[in-house]
Amino acid sequence: MTSIKLKLKDSEVQKLKEICKSFNNEHGELINVLHGAQEYFGYLPAEVQEVVAEEMNIPVAKVYGVVTFYSFFTMLPRGRFPISICTGTACYVRGADKVLDEFKRILKVPVGETTSDGKFSITCLRCVGACGLAPVVMVGDKTYGRVTTDGVKDILKEYENED
Amino acid sequence: MAKYKMHMLVCGGTGCRASASDMLYENLKKEVQDNNLEDDVQVVTTGCFGFCEKGPIVKVIPDNTFYVSVEPDDAKDIVAEHAIKGRSVKRLLYTDPAKKEQIPDSKHMGFYKKQIRIALRNCGLIDPENIEEYLAADGYEALGKVLAEMKPEEAIQEVIDSGLRGRGGGGFPTGIKWQIASKVDGAQKYVVCNADEGDPGAFMDRSILEGDPHSVLESMAINGYCIGATKGLIYIRAEYPLAIKRLKIAIKQAREFGLLGKDILGSGFDFDVEIRYGAGAFVCGEETALIHSMEGDRGEPTFKPPFPAQSGYLGMPTNVNNVESYANIPVIFNKGAKWFASIGTEKSKGTKVFALAGKINNVGLIEVPMGITLREVIYEIGGGIKDGKKFKAVQTGGPSGGCLTEKHLDTPIDFDNLIAAGSMMGSGGMIVMDEDDCMVSVAKFYLDFTVEESCGKCSPCRVGNKRLYEQLELITQGKAKKEDLDKLRNLSNVIRDTSLCGLGQTSPNPVLSTMDNFHEEYLAHVTDKQCPSGVCKDLIRYEVIAENCVGCTACARNCPVNCISGERKQVHEIDQALCIKCGACLEKCKFNAIAVI
Repeated sequence: MTSIKLKLKDSEVQKLKEICKSFNNEHGELINVLHGAQEYFGYLPAEVQEVVAEEMNIPVAKVYGVVTFYSFFTMLPRGRFPISICTGTACYVRGADKVLDEFKRILKVPVGETTSDGKFSITCLRCVGACGLAPVVMVGDKTYGRVTTDGVKDILKEYENED
Repeated sequence: MAKYKMHMLVCGGTGCRASASDMLYENLKKEVQDNNLEDDVQVVTTGCFGFCEKGPIVKVIPDNTFYVSVEPDDAKDIVAEHAIKGRSVKRLLYTDPAKKEQIPDSKHMGFYKKQIRIALRNCGLIDPENIEEYLAADGYEALGKVLAEMKPEEAIQEVIDSGLRGRGGGGFPTGIKWQIASKVDGAQKYVVCNADEGDPGAFMDRSILEGDPHSVLESMAINGYCIGATKGLIYIRAEYPLAIKRLKIAIKQAREFGLLGKDILGSGFDFDVEIRYGAGAFVCGEETALIHSMEGDRGEPTFKPPFPAQSGYLGMPTNVNNVESYANIPVIFNKGAKWFASIGTEKSKGTKVFALAGKINNVGLIEVPMGITLREVIYEIGGGIKDGKKFKAVQTGGPSGGCLTEKHLDTPIDFDNLIAAGSMMGSGGMIVMDEDDCMVSVAKFYLDFTVEESCGKCSPCRVGNKRLYEQLELITQGKAKKEDLDKLRNLSNVIRDTSLCGLGQTSPNPVLSTMDNFHEEYLAHVTDKQCPSGVCKDLIRYEVIAENCVGCTACARNCPVNCISGERKQVHEIDQALCIKCGACLEKCKFNAIAVI
């Protein structure tokens, strides 16, 4: 599990309870509850999972099992500007691995982690369905197409003065 | 609906949106307004046209003018020239690369000539967020016909007669599947649409849901009527926000029009649809895993039988079909099973949608009759290999499929021929590779995917694929021996024969098919310790060819690790100890002075 220890605020616990309740605390709705919780928190730390388990009356182990099974759920906070590199096959044969290497080299973080200032995180995703633009990189909701290794610097520059 | 003289269709698919087609739409609307043309010209956002290579696309009807690579600023010219003066904007027309001439409309483009659009019939034609446009395109007519005129068993027979086979990959006859589900008794039966498209490089299901969501809802209702189910569920990836948004709109509109809900069209038949979200797990495309995921559990598959038709969602009889299969259903009822069965080959009827991508000129989504050859797809529709390179292989079936080569170029594509060739139809990803692609690395790429996506329930898949990946890694590092190739094959066979579900049973296919078709390439890696395509970093090095180097310093300036030294106008040198083999120098050199050895 994650090494980050945090104490949830009462308001946050309340919000989580509301999310569980909106799905009637039904076991079958666990994935939908987790989607809701991640949308609110940005990630699913152990403490959040504990509240969800308690509310829905299911073992924490099961919640953890589901969270770690699906790649969409994350137990680590993402950067303020999450970078996702498409590593679908179309992007791969058009050089996505080189683009990924360049991001890792410049930001000095491995895939799945966040820079120490919390600004950028790198993840890989499988096919955004914009294969005509391969290789594709997404920063937040913004899509960059036909990215070259040279283009990586330019993308990061766009966020230089943003926070 | 108002009658317009002209419609401007702007592609609102994911690919074109990424190139600002939404801004283009706004600009076109504004130009139309500024010129007081609102009563004559309608601007519509549609689903994907398929020609993603040259997006964003704008099509003008009635004349079918097809504009490519349109930017938001081009809106002014399109309205001023086309809508007002009645002449096309020449600079935005598509230029045929072979003939070097501009093509005025889509009907004459090589990309569209051989296509037959059934599943994609409305994509790029109607506004997916407006049910009236779907109704105008014969929408819900099939549902009306089935409810009013046919008994469930008659409708099922029609689907059987059409010869439609499941488009999600396996190719099981859809009508037979419905028949089995119809004969099982259950207090509550379910119809499930599998929209968990996880094959990296395939995006047809998403395009259908984004471009024509009602066709799926209509078919699910027909399916429900046939098997006696009143509830439908769509299991869709959370990574597809636009498709989810359009589905939600479509469900709401269908309910308002009485096409979903209680007593549909006064027939006494009740049917409604809900959406369930996936959370990113490839194995959930397998129907038993999908059902577990919908129940809120880890998406692990279970042994069949019992089949979902016997015991599926919440233990009830459940029929699962894929998005593309559903998109074909209304047409089968509107045009007849006979018509549908007249297209395709003896055992594979109708069409198939392929996501054509990779090293090909026209990347995009295409729908072609079964039985078309790879040569037609690659050279006529796809416009040939990018940058004039040599064709090497095409990968079909994604992580479960294999590679087809030069010798398969004239094989008619259908379910059975692809399996005979060592690959499979899969969901329809078609990735073209050229001489620069290393087939061992490609196999490793797919295994990397499988290792990550294996659910871990059965050991052949969980452990075996990891070992397979490690073997491939050793080969690409030049650390494997010739005997290891036999081990690779043996292990592949064991995983194929002993895994629990389809994911594990097909995961060695990329390895086996590349070993069969590119044996020489594997041998070069293990015996000569060479990568003929110059991809495997541990087996290559970059060197300066002294006689070609003019000392322009381009390589040194672009080297990310500063490992190239040399004075201006002097021959440069690469420090092999520091080189990370990124290939930037090779790309930048204009004098052919960098070689991969």
